[in-house]
Amino acid sequence: MRSSNLLVVVVALAACAAATAQTSPYQNIGRPATAEEIQAWDISVSPAGKELPPGKGTAKEGAPIYAAKCAVCHGRTMEEAGPLGPALVAKKGGNLRGTIAAWPYATTIWDFINRAMPRFNEGTLKADQVYALTAFLLYRSGIIKEDDVMDAKSVTELQMPYRNAYVPSDLAEIGNIKKRGCYLGHCPGPNPTAAH
Amino acid sequence: MNPKQSGRRRFLKDGVALAGLAAGALAIRSASGQTLGSANDQALEGTPGISEGQHFDAVYGVRSRYETAGRIGGIGAYSTGPDGKVIRPYIGGLTPVQNLIGIITPSALHYHNTHGYPPPDIDPQQHRLLIHGMVDRPMIFTMDDIYRLPSVTRTHFLECNANGNTTPPRLAPGATAQITHGLMACSIWTGVRVSHILEMVGVQKGASWIVAEGAEGAHHSKSIPLEKIMDDSLIVYGQNGEAVRPEQGYPLRLLVPGYEAINSIKFLRRIKVVDGPYLQQRETNAYQTVVQAGKYADGKARWFQFELGPNSVITRPSGGQRIGTQGFYEITGLAWSGAGAIRRVEVSTDSGRTWKAAELQGPVLPKAHTRFTYSWKWGGEETVLLSRSTDERGQIQPSLAEVGKIWDVTVDYLKKSTVGHTNAIQPWKVAADGRIYNAIV
Repeated sequence: MRSSNLLVVVVALAACAAATAQTSPYQNIGRPATAEEIQAWDISVSPAGKELPPGKGTAKEGAPIYAAKCAVCHGRTMEEAGPLGPALVAKKGGNLRGTIAAWPYATTIWDFINRAMPRFNEGTLKADQVYALTAFLLYRSGIIKEDDVMDAKSVTELQMPYRNAYVPSDLAEIGNIKKRGCYLGHCPGPNPTAAH
Repeated sequence: MNPKQSGRRRFLKDGVALAGLAAGALAIRSASGQTLGSANDQALEGTPGISEGQHFDAVYGVRSRYETAGRIGGIGAYSTGPDGKVIRPYIGGLTPVQNLIGIITPSALHYHNTHGYPPPDIDPQQHRLLIHGMVDRPMIFTMDDIYRLPSVTRTHFLECNANGNTTPPRLAPGATAQITHGLMACSIWTGVRVSHILEMVGVQKGASWIVAEGAEGAHHSKSIPLEKIMDDSLIVYGQNGEAVRPEQGYPLRLLVPGYEAINSIKFLRRIKVVDGPYLQQRETNAYQTVVQAGKYADGKARWFQFELGPNSVITRPSGGQRIGTQGFYEITGLAWSGAGAIRRVEVSTDSGRTWKAAELQGPVLPKAHTRFTYSWKWGGEETVLLSRSTDERGQIQPSLAEVGKIWDVTVDYLKKSTVGHTNAIQPWKVAADGRIYNAIV
């Protein structure tokens, strides 16, 4: 008897749980997204590169694409700011800030070209073209060779030269601004007891 | 109204205005411009908009034509042309903070920075929000879906990481409060808690961040810790009693209170729940603080600073203004902090020698502009006016020299390099002739 009682309780609980799920007060608000819709919309590329699509390209292949689609804004030399876009490559001995060489992850370069370029025609580049342009920028920044093939694996594995110039460099530490010693809106800030 | 207008014309126009108010609803619905009666036809013709010779708009109101404060170009983005007129490419605009009254920034004066991508023209009926990633039930929401969900209304400031930073225009003696602190605004926002929507889709174990993305050309994207999103972040469609303006992200924007406004994604179209930061462009090659001298001579970049520190600025009297006769003046300004509510504001009217408590006008709301006032009697002397705020966490707004100490650099260094995320005390110099100058240096 004892076990059948227990069974009754379990069945009743299960039914109760199902009823709760079905009577969510927000039923029919929003609809499920299909896998196809998510794939079509999702352009985010993580530093682990798991969303990078198949495809490949080299700097040699990227050069004519740059000339045709990018130079009009960024300029031909890439070392001077163009009419609409910033300089992409630092002059010899020049400030690296903002140039491709200082970007900490090559996945970010791929992601940004893919989502935001070329200006006025964003989202029109094919995966191979984005790989080729990524390769071209990295080659012109002196980070890879002209014939190096950029694909999902090599873009993800590439160690950018200033990767460790970003503090904190451990990505797991970024989320907690208290642990990072942020104070007065600065990270790291002064010791709270030392201020004033 | 032109005061030179004849009494009869004024009488007629006032009469028309009253009739227009009474018949307004009917006039708006009348697509064919149907007449309402002989005397009123002409005045209502052409609405919406201002009929010729009128100083008001009966359909969607305008301010008095004597009120001229407006947004001006973002730092470095605008210049004066050969004819002396300001060239205004559509890049961004600064809030005229010296003209603000109370704590709310009119939506039309809210600063904006397009990063070169003008607001898209989004039909709300076509707009969709996708929530996916590490969730049990990826979902798509229409605007009508969002409107059905329980709503909340919150007053919060938005501030750009560059507000108050040390660029040359901001350091100039002639700089107004608009130039020094125009990259901020405060609105009453209405929308849905992000936590509410994430509970609907079921966040999976191990998720710790989101990546949010806008619908504009560049699909600006940003990683934000899930803890902050679940704590107080909103998805807003309302701003100051009406729909969010296009410059502010119509029809839907993410609002991350107290964090650099670059996180409050406009034209929000997608949230991906993930397990780490995605290192997007505006969190890697931009929006970091690089200090290349002193403690950080390594040239290392401090990134993902997120929270904005305690801050304040006197808005009246402030740079570019002039006080007149000696005697009583109310000093007033704004204080705010990304850490929460403002607990105290102190004002100095003697160049920082003594500090006295200002009055907080209220309402005093967390992560919102707080209006402070201070009664001052000017005796015609040269002096410097300053304000500093303390927030609910006990953080006291630093001077520029103290910001230098945080970075272990000199004030000269700060002046020479653009260091963002700067919440330094703003000094305004009062000259003997009553003119007010920026005295940050």
